Amino acid sequence: MTGLKLLLHQYRYDQKTFWREPAAVFFTVALPLIFLFLFVSIFGNQPVDLGDHTVKGATYYIPGIITLALLSASTVNLAISLTTLRERGVLKRVRGTPLPPWVFMAGRIMTASAVAVFLVVVVTLIGRLVYGVELPGRTLPGVALTVLVGTASMCCLGFAMTAIIPSENAAPAVTNAIVLPLYFISGIFIPTDQIPEAMQTVAGVFPVKHVFDAMLYAFDPSSPGPGIRGGDLLVLAAWGVVGLVVATRTFRWTARNA
Amino acid sequence: MNAVIAVRGLHKSYGTVEAVRGVDLEVAEGEVFAFLGPNGAGKTTTVEILEGYRERTGGEVTVLGLDPAKATTAWRARIGIVLQTCDLQPMLTVRESVSLYAGYYPHPRPVDEAIELVGLSADVDKRAGKLSGGQQRRLDVALALVGDPDLLFLDEPTTGFDPAARRDAWDMIANLRRLGKTVFLTTHYLDEAQALADRVAIIKDGRIVAEGRPNELGGRQTAGTTIRFRLGPGTAPGQLPPSLAPRVTEAGDRLELVTDTAVDDLAVLCGWAVERGVDLGPLEAIRPSLEDVYLELTDSQ
Repeated sequence: MTGLKLLLHQYRYDQKTFWREPAAVFFTVALPLIFLFLFVSIFGNQPVDLGDHTVKGATYYIPGIITLALLSASTVNLAISLTTLRERGVLKRVRGTPLPPWVFMAGRIMTASAVAVFLVVVVTLIGRLVYGVELPGRTLPGVALTVLVGTASMCCLGFAMTAIIPSENAAPAVTNAIVLPLYFISGIFIPTDQIPEAMQTVAGVFPVKHVFDAMLYAFDPSSPGPGIRGGDLLVLAAWGVVGLVVATRTFRWTARNA
Repeated sequence: MNAVIAVRGLHKSYGTVEAVRGVDLEVAEGEVFAFLGPNGAGKTTTVEILEGYRERTGGEVTVLGLDPAKATTAWRARIGIVLQTCDLQPMLTVRESVSLYAGYYPHPRPVDEAIELVGLSADVDKRAGKLSGGQQRRLDVALALVGDPDLLFLDEPTTGFDPAARRDAWDMIANLRRLGKTVFLTTHYLDEAQALADRVAIIKDGRIVAEGRPNELGGRQTAGTTIRFRLGPGTAPGQLPPSLAPRVTEAGDRLELVTDTAVDDLAVLCGWAVERGVDLGPLEAIRPSLEDVYLELTDSQ
């Protein structure tokens, strides 16, 4: 009861902090939208070959940009902001108060998830209104489940990544060095039909491709039933568990450079 | 006298390096206690063990009746910590920052009252990132105070302050004493310890080398007074009154007299000078400062 009250208290202030940070808002919220307009403008709405059938260009890019937005709001945002808070002594300070550590963690995850859901809705609406992408109706469970499992797993990985980031300055570089190549080989920026098989196999080991594949499946009007790709979601959940284990064992509340 | 902090034989090793080698400390309720020592003497390690951030290798530690290594949330609610370096959330205003922390504690002090105590009432709606360094430090103290703690740790609270800001911070810490809080203060500034602390301990190489009231430390209350003066041209030290002349030594361009009977000696010296019309130049009578004692004890060259 008090734990929940504390969590809402923490969440309220985390939200305020997030939306007032111009750099975080730009990279997390504005950049995915800019990419969306760029990609559709460059590649037009030409169909993308998915092997057995094709989809409209925008139908391909909307789930791609959603994946990008989801990762920005969760993994990238958490890895950078938590490292910054750690190196500036804010985490240590919080650790010295009666606030239970799990409440602090949960507050960050709630903030990241709220931003991720917000972006999913915004990108989906832009897709519908500007590019005429079909709104997922029957396949809505697929979208919702992918957002849920994807965000949870990607948040855990964000926490885990702070272990390998030595300093505040290194945070954006390390984080981007990991996610940017994954965006490319997972088909977020370049349609899958133009990516060599071997690269796709490599991408299949990492979680980004599975977020994207599950999301694309849920947005593809030709997908049957509720649009759920169980296999991808399982891989994602497994990555989430790995992230959680690494995070609980390695997470530091005190600065590396102290 | 209730001991808020009691430390017996505290040891801490990092691998083969012994940072703390048998520290004993006792801090009473309502006391302002200053912990001094050069960098690398074991000061921060000791404080962080008391705050529950670090585990010790050996010894007994009790803070507010509990072993900090087994810190509970109820125990943390009774302690306020101001770290040596801590950035605040720059995007939150003063009031928001204090409200955020107030929410962490079971019986917080009213937010506006905590802000008032540190003298930031005029800046409640300013964002933390826009405050001056001194103001940020005060906001930091407000965050530690808002939970209404019984014990407050202040780690070098005025490092990097200009002289006016330091005076303000001192007034604020004096306020804390009036509230009956126990304050554990670490500092590099000896005048700060002198001005604020009831008791002082000096740590060197992981051991306490001196402990006591600031004006008694290192035998200061019994140490002699040094009288320094200059004689104008044409007056030789040999012409001084016979009770003083043999005891005067030369120190640079001045003469020096170390004495346990400063009042009598000064009366003789001044009477003699007035009678002869001798200018004593920059006449000084100095007792060894806390700084002299500190430098001697820690052998800083």
